[in-house]
Amino acid sequence: MIAAAEHEAEKASKTYFLFWTYLMTDLLMFAGLFAAFAVLRRSTFGGPGESEVYNLPLVLAETIILLASSYTAGLAVYFANRGRLKVVMGLLYATAVLGASFLALELSEFASLIREGNAPTRSGFLSSYFSLVGTHGLHITAGLLWLVILLVFLAKRGLRGSMIRKITLFSMFWHFLDIVWIFIFSIVYLMGVSL
Amino acid sequence: MNRVVSYSAGLVLAFALTLTAFSLVLAHVHHAPSALSSPALIAIVLVLAMVQLAAQLYFFLHLGQDKESRWNTTLFVFTFFGILVVVLASVWIMGHLNYNMTPAQMNQYFQDQSTF
Repeated sequence: MIAAAEHEAEKASKTYFLFWTYLMTDLLMFAGLFAAFAVLRRSTFGGPGESEVYNLPLVLAETIILLASSYTAGLAVYFANRGRLKVVMGLLYATAVLGASFLALELSEFASLIREGNAPTRSGFLSSYFSLVGTHGLHITAGLLWLVILLVFLAKRGLRGSMIRKITLFSMFWHFLDIVWIFIFSIVYLMGVSL
Repeated sequence: MNRVVSYSAGLVLAFALTLTAFSLVLAHVHHAPSALSSPALIAIVLVLAMVQLAAQLYFFLHLGQDKESRWNTTLFVFTFFGILVVVLASVWIMGHLNYNMTPAQMNQYFQDQSTF
């Protein structure tokens, strides 16, 4: 019995490490997008520059929302390890609502930019901006899809060993996205209006 | 450390760091002659970002909290240096290319090449 539990723990720790390795490669991809943005941020091609285009109060709201969702995701793992199914589902649901709010705000940002004629095709700056921030948004969307699937599985099967592992993997992914966002709001938005 | 304490401390710390960075920048933007110079402001924002990175890695992702996640931390440090190289080298190279490809520079290059 003890051997089985140990085996489970070892399997979990290997799974987490493997997933962490994937997250590191994803981080490297974002680094490439950041590098492209650093090179192209001033290539406005007669179009608007960073200070004309960013809505900082909106970005602050997005940041706080995403931070809160990272918190609820972390707590979900804690309660999953304690078998509290209802609490876990509530926390994951909260994470989903917060994540969806973040995405909605970001999409409204993109929509208003495009409506004004500042599409990704307008300039090198806008291409690199939409690529970087858009890729992060795509990751958030994938995470939201993952959340929905987790919630459905939890409702049907409850908390088992494999579900706890899946929830932990999801939260690793979600924390990772918040970490990338730290650098997006610092390097893109805050630096952008300060240059 | 108790995990709830860990997540809560991380939340508070990240929140404080975020608000500090935003307030400094928004103050700079709204009062044109501000106390902080642009380079100093950017440096502070980057430092705050690094501190928040460390805080989130430790309090949310528990990097450094368990003995088993040693390799995870190692991998992250390795990736971090990889990122430094990718970003800094790209900016350096593209900056040089940007300068060397201007018409004046290219004409200079042709001139230099023709004198063998």
